[in-house]
Amino acid sequence: MVDLLYFTELLGLEVFDLKGRRIGRVEDAALVPLVDPVRVDRYLVRAGWAWLTVRHDQIQSFSLDGIRLRDELLTPYHDDEYMLRIARDLLDQQIIDVNGRKAVRVTDVTFELMKQNGGDVLWVLEVDVGMRSIVRRVSQGWVPRKWIRRLQAPIPPRSIRWEFCNIVEPDPQRRLRLNIDYRKLENLHPADLADIVEDLSPEERSAVIETLDSEVAADALSEVDPKMQVSILESLDAETAADIVEEMAPDEAADALAELEDETSEEILQEMEVEPKSDVTELLEYEEDTAGGLMNTEYVALDEGATIADAMAAVRANEDQLEVLNTIFLIDREGRLTGAVPLGRLFTGGPETPLKELVSGTLLQIPTEAKKGRVTELFDKYNILTLPVVEAGGKLAGAITADDVISVLRER
Amino acid sequence: MTVTAPAHRASLWKKSRIQLALFFAVLGPGFITAMVDNDSGGILTYSQAGARWGYLPLWTLLPITVLLIITQEMNSRMGAVTGKGLQDLIREEFGLRATFFMMVTLVVTNLTNVMAEFAGIAGSLELFGISRYISVPICAAGVWFLIVRGTYRSVEKIFLFASALYITYIISAVLLKPDWKESLIYSFKPVLMLDTDYIVMLIAMVGTSIAPWMQFYLQAAVVEKGVTVKEYGASRFEVIVGCIGTSVIAFFIIVACAAAIWATGPRDIDDPATAALALKPFGKYAFVLFSAGLFNASLFAASILPLSTAYSVCEGLGFESGVNKRFSEAPVFYWLYTLLIAVGAGVVLLPHFPLVKMILFSQVLNGVLLPVVLIFMIKLINKKELMGEWTNSRFYNWVSWVSIVLIIGLTAALAGITARQAWK
Repeated sequence: MVDLLYFTELLGLEVFDLKGRRIGRVEDAALVPLVDPVRVDRYLVRAGWAWLTVRHDQIQSFSLDGIRLRDELLTPYHDDEYMLRIARDLLDQQIIDVNGRKAVRVTDVTFELMKQNGGDVLWVLEVDVGMRSIVRRVSQGWVPRKWIRRLQAPIPPRSIRWEFCNIVEPDPQRRLRLNIDYRKLENLHPADLADIVEDLSPEERSAVIETLDSEVAADALSEVDPKMQVSILESLDAETAADIVEEMAPDEAADALAELEDETSEEILQEMEVEPKSDVTELLEYEEDTAGGLMNTEYVALDEGATIADAMAAVRANEDQLEVLNTIFLIDREGRLTGAVPLGRLFTGGPETPLKELVSGTLLQIPTEAKKGRVTELFDKYNILTLPVVEAGGKLAGAITADDVISVLRER
Repeated sequence: MTVTAPAHRASLWKKSRIQLALFFAVLGPGFITAMVDNDSGGILTYSQAGARWGYLPLWTLLPITVLLIITQEMNSRMGAVTGKGLQDLIREEFGLRATFFMMVTLVVTNLTNVMAEFAGIAGSLELFGISRYISVPICAAGVWFLIVRGTYRSVEKIFLFASALYITYIISAVLLKPDWKESLIYSFKPVLMLDTDYIVMLIAMVGTSIAPWMQFYLQAAVVEKGVTVKEYGASRFEVIVGCIGTSVIAFFIIVACAAAIWATGPRDIDDPATAALALKPFGKYAFVLFSAGLFNASLFAASILPLSTAYSVCEGLGFESGVNKRFSEAPVFYWLYTLLIAVGAGVVLLPHFPLVKMILFSQVLNGVLLPVVLIFMIKLINKKELMGEWTNSRFYNWVSWVSIVLIIGLTAALAGITARQAWK
């Protein structure tokens, strides 16, 4: 008696009827994810020229010597689109290992043998990758099953639990029928998600990106290699692309759109909402290799007369920026930059303290048309985290943060 | 008319500039693959052909170029359309077992190829009086570090530079003052003789030009470079330019050997360094350039082969791969890569290692592996669900099948003949 069965062992296993007569051999097994995501629902059996379907509740027992049935009323096989066939759709294909955060290729599948209503059923337990499953696959068919088990025993297994596997299916119709979604991926760090997406084929990439929540997709897309960003955005329809670009930080969105062909970026811009669109189009005006092209238009600026209490309120109101926010700018009535207050200083005074008293000694700023090199120089020389960018009249236009500078340096 | 003409010209100018920019954006994979094709084994074959038969074999280069373009074009198209490597596609469509045996054969043939490259490094530098016990370990370590420390882009630049160095063969041939009229005539005039040696040589020229590893490397490089269907036109052009470039270099190698060796006394040579040495009496510079070319070609191929092999094997069998991973993340990849270099370089330093036999053996294995790879390729490229509208056209399919049958026939013949020679 076994309690684990590998898919390679199941393949070619002989099927016997109630009287112990041989009917045929197993060719494939299928899940119906909408009904049950782990139980093997039916088996494809080849009997001479005929292809038969064996339902899971028609089986008495599994062993390495064969399958015994308890019901002989078998129906001819017919393909239905709700079926995930393991040999055809899973074996040797790439899937996403959510836990290990990478794309892997399926070598074998491990089933757990369960009792249900007096008969044996198979539950998908793990997807196997690595050496052990390769030995099994390569020797399958010409080495007896029991020997293979002994042969593989010394090799440590490498498997991924079925609940952490995510199948990649480009066809949206089929995704629905097979009950595939990418919600599990949405909890991953955007950088990990980007790595996974980069590992997939172009078709699969767009499929994953367009299925994800647009905020998650935007975060992941920002981390993807710029060249790939372009090909992903081009493959999406303008509306989906616009939804994603809206969620990206304006400077990154502008960079991505600038790389696209004029026609495509125009289409995407048209689909975008008014506010993010104006931010992005504004940024698109600047040359790519200048401070203007580098800066972000998401910053917090307050009137010169504001107090710490005002600043606290503004910080709370801009919660989505908190991870990169480290300076509050002061502007006069015409929008000209007059001072910068590091976020930490807010804790040094009472709520009524005017921000003016907290500004940094020298006010560093850079004009929009300054070259990239000048920007990195300033960051290096003054050890700052944020640098305000101003237009010709001294009006505050945006801010460059340290992470933008790191990207510039990495490009070299 | 007079008003529209300048505008039209401007757009044409802009168009051609865009075309040029596109070409440079995709430049790399096809060109490099084609150039590496002239590795130390290739140089040996071409030198032999020129030294023994003079200008006569030049005509084969034209059909070889066509065969090369047909096979490589299919790979770059598959890479651009599917975004997957050849080994991934084979695995997905033909299963693990086919992939496994293919990969094992690939490792063995490529290991012997790497040995030949390091032998080429040793031979060429010994012409300059550098002992192989110094040159081979240094080059092996250099190759290892270059790939492990470099990024794809920086490595590609070095490779493109190495491709440019093949020009030494052209200069070397010009310096030897060959008979240009003869060489042009025989480039287009097929000469067939019922002489076993001659026929073997012709087959060897085809066999050395089309090797299984190239198909894997080219497709992987196209995918890695992120060439998309849109840029595919430029990519195809790059492949064609590269293949023609390969044959041009081959032409000059044959011409150089014909001018120097064959013109004074046709004879057989058995390693590429001998060919370089034979050029010495005819001019110091020709000799230096020819040997420098051999060194460059061998080092170049020695850098690409182990990497390409480790990459294909790991991708195909599902192990972590890529030089951007750390050793602990991709142990199989790094071990395979390191072993290929260490063993390939190591045996060259063993005094009594039967290197020539090994290289012959690898040619036989090449002949076994190539048909399988080519047939898989043509089956894959005709799959609608993979290639969509980019499958082969009927005419192209017909041409491809004829070429494949031709290549298979010739390599099988070469494998048979070398096997028989090794037996003797």
